[in-house]
Amino acid sequence: MRKVTIRTLTAISIGLFGMVATCSLAACSGKKGNEVTVVTVKGSDTMVHLVSMWAEAFMKSHPDVEVSTTGGGSGTGIAALINGTTDICASSRDIKDTERAQAEQKGITPVETMVARDGIAIVVNPRNPLQELSLDQLRKIYTGVYTRWSQVGGPNEPITVLSRESSSGTYVFFQEHVLNKEDFAQTVRLMPATSAIIQSVVFDRWSIGYVGIGYAHEAGPQVKILGVKATEAGAAVMPTEAAVHSGEYSIARPLFFYTNGAPTGAAKQFVDFCLGPDGQKIVRETGYVPVQ
Amino acid sequence: MPRPRAKWMERCVEVTLVVAASTSIILVGLIFLFLFREAAPFVQHPGLSSLMGDRWIPVSFQKEQFGIYPLVAGSILVTAIATVVAVPFGVIGAVYLSEVARPAETETLKPFIELLAGIPSVVIGFFGLVVLAPLVKAAFGLETGLNAFTGGLLLGLMAIPTIMSVSEDALRSVPASYKQASLALGGNQIQTIWRITVPAALPGIVAAVMLGMGRVIGETMAVMMVTGNAAQTTFKPFESVRTMTATIAAEMGEVPFGSDHYRALFWVGIILLVATLLLNIVAQRVLKRYSVRQ
Repeated sequence: MRKVTIRTLTAISIGLFGMVATCSLAACSGKKGNEVTVVTVKGSDTMVHLVSMWAEAFMKSHPDVEVSTTGGGSGTGIAALINGTTDICASSRDIKDTERAQAEQKGITPVETMVARDGIAIVVNPRNPLQELSLDQLRKIYTGVYTRWSQVGGPNEPITVLSRESSSGTYVFFQEHVLNKEDFAQTVRLMPATSAIIQSVVFDRWSIGYVGIGYAHEAGPQVKILGVKATEAGAAVMPTEAAVHSGEYSIARPLFFYTNGAPTGAAKQFVDFCLGPDGQKIVRETGYVPVQ
Repeated sequence: MPRPRAKWMERCVEVTLVVAASTSIILVGLIFLFLFREAAPFVQHPGLSSLMGDRWIPVSFQKEQFGIYPLVAGSILVTAIATVVAVPFGVIGAVYLSEVARPAETETLKPFIELLAGIPSVVIGFFGLVVLAPLVKAAFGLETGLNAFTGGLLLGLMAIPTIMSVSEDALRSVPASYKQASLALGGNQIQTIWRITVPAALPGIVAAVMLGMGRVIGETMAVMMVTGNAAQTTFKPFESVRTMTATIAAEMGEVPFGSDHYRALFWVGIILLVATLLLNIVAQRVLKRYSVRQ
C-alpha cells in the first residue's frame, strides 16, 4: 500500500503541474481574441477615478469598445505592462530605468503619453492653526528631524506623520521631489490608501498627510490644505489649477499612460479621446489639471 | 499480489480518495518549495545577514535595507496584545457555554459566535479604522488611534471565536465522572468548574489559544488598516508598528519581479509560515497529549 501511495502522489504532482501549465496557456490564447474590443487600463490608484470617468464617457460614444480599469499602484501597472497583461498602464511617475530594461528584455517598448497633471496637496486637520509650510520644513517633518508642530511655528504638539505605502507612485514622487531622495523616517505611518490618510487627518487633530489635489478638494472642509513655499523666503502657493499648470506650485507631477509601442486600434482611440477636448474637460471636472 | 481486472472500479475510487486526502499535503509541500525557490538567491546576494537589521527601507534612493526586526517585533507585539485580549473572553465564554448556559442560550449564542468568525477581515478592518481607532484615541488621550494596541484589539476580536469554540469542545469532553465526583464530595458548581473541569481541559484550552494566535499572526487586512504600518522596532503598545503580513500585502504588488526586495519579501513569508506552523504543531501536540489522558 505504501508503494502505491507514493506512486499516486507523484502522479498527482505531475498532474497538478500539467493543469497549471494548461491554464496559463489557455489564458494567453484567450486574451488574443478579446483585444479587438477590450482595452485594459491598469496602474496608479491616483488615476483610477479619472480613468474610469474617461472610460465611461468613451464607451458611450464607442459602444463597440470596452475599457476596463483597475488600480493597484503605478508599479503594479508597469509590472502588468512588462508582463503583457494590460494594454495601457496608468502611472503617476516616470518609468524607472530598471523597469524599462526589464520591459525591453521581454520585447516590450514602453511609450509615454502625458494625459493630465496632478498636484499633491498637503493636508492637515482644520483645527490645526498652521496655514503654510516650506518644502524644507516638509522634508524635515517627513525625515523625522522635526517631531513637534512648535518647530514649524505651530503649537507644542507632536506631529503624526502620514504617508502612502511604498507601492504608491505618490510615495516615490514625494520622496524624490520633497524629501530630496532621502528616506522617510521610520516613525512615518504608511497608510494603505488615500482614503485612509484623509480619514486619519479628519479624526486626528495633529496629523499631516499628502494626497492628490483631486482627493483633497473632494474632502472639502473636513481637511485643511496648506500653502507650500518653494523656499523659506518665497510666498506660499495653494495647489490651484493655475498654479499647478504654470509650475508655480512646487509639488506637482505629470500623469502618464504607458503603452507597448505607440498606441494602436482601440487603445489609440481611447488615448486620443482622453487628450481631446471632451477628455480634458473630464480632467478638470475630476480635480486634475489639463495638459492641453 | 495481482489484482483481478474487474476490480478497476474499486482502484479508481481508491485513487480518487487518496488524491482528495493528500491535496493539502501536496499544496503545503508546493508552497514551501515555491517560497524557498523564490527566496533562495537572496542567500548569495545580498546575503542573509542583511535581513538581520532594524531598518526596513525597501524603497530608497539612498540604500535599500531589509532588516526584518521591526516587522517581527510588530507581529509579536500585535499578537501578544490580541492574545491578552482574546483569552479571557474566549475561555470564560467557553466555560459559560459548556458549563453554565441553558441549552436555549447556547442555541442563541453559538450562531453569533460563528457569525463573528465569518466576517471578512477587510470589513473588520474598516470597522477598526472608522470606529475602534477613534475610540482608542479618545480613551487613552492619544493623538492618533493608529497603533499596535488598536490592531491587537481588533485581532483579539477575530481570535475570540476560534478560542471559544475549541475551548468549548475541550471543556465538553471532560468526562462527566470528574464533575460528578467533585459534586458528590460537596464541591459547589463554581469550585467544580474552576478546580476540576477547567484544569482537566487545560491542554485543550492551551491548544485553542495557540490556534487563535495562529489566526492572529497570519491576519493581514484588518491589521494593515489600523496599525499605521510604521516599520519601527518597538514593544510599546501605543506606537505604530508594521507586521510581517501587512508588509507582504502592501509591497508585493509593486515590487519588481526578481529584485532583492522581492526575495526579501519571500523570506518574510517563510518566517511567517514557520511561525504559524510551529504554533500549529505545538497546539496539535498539546491536543494529542490531552486525548491520551482521557
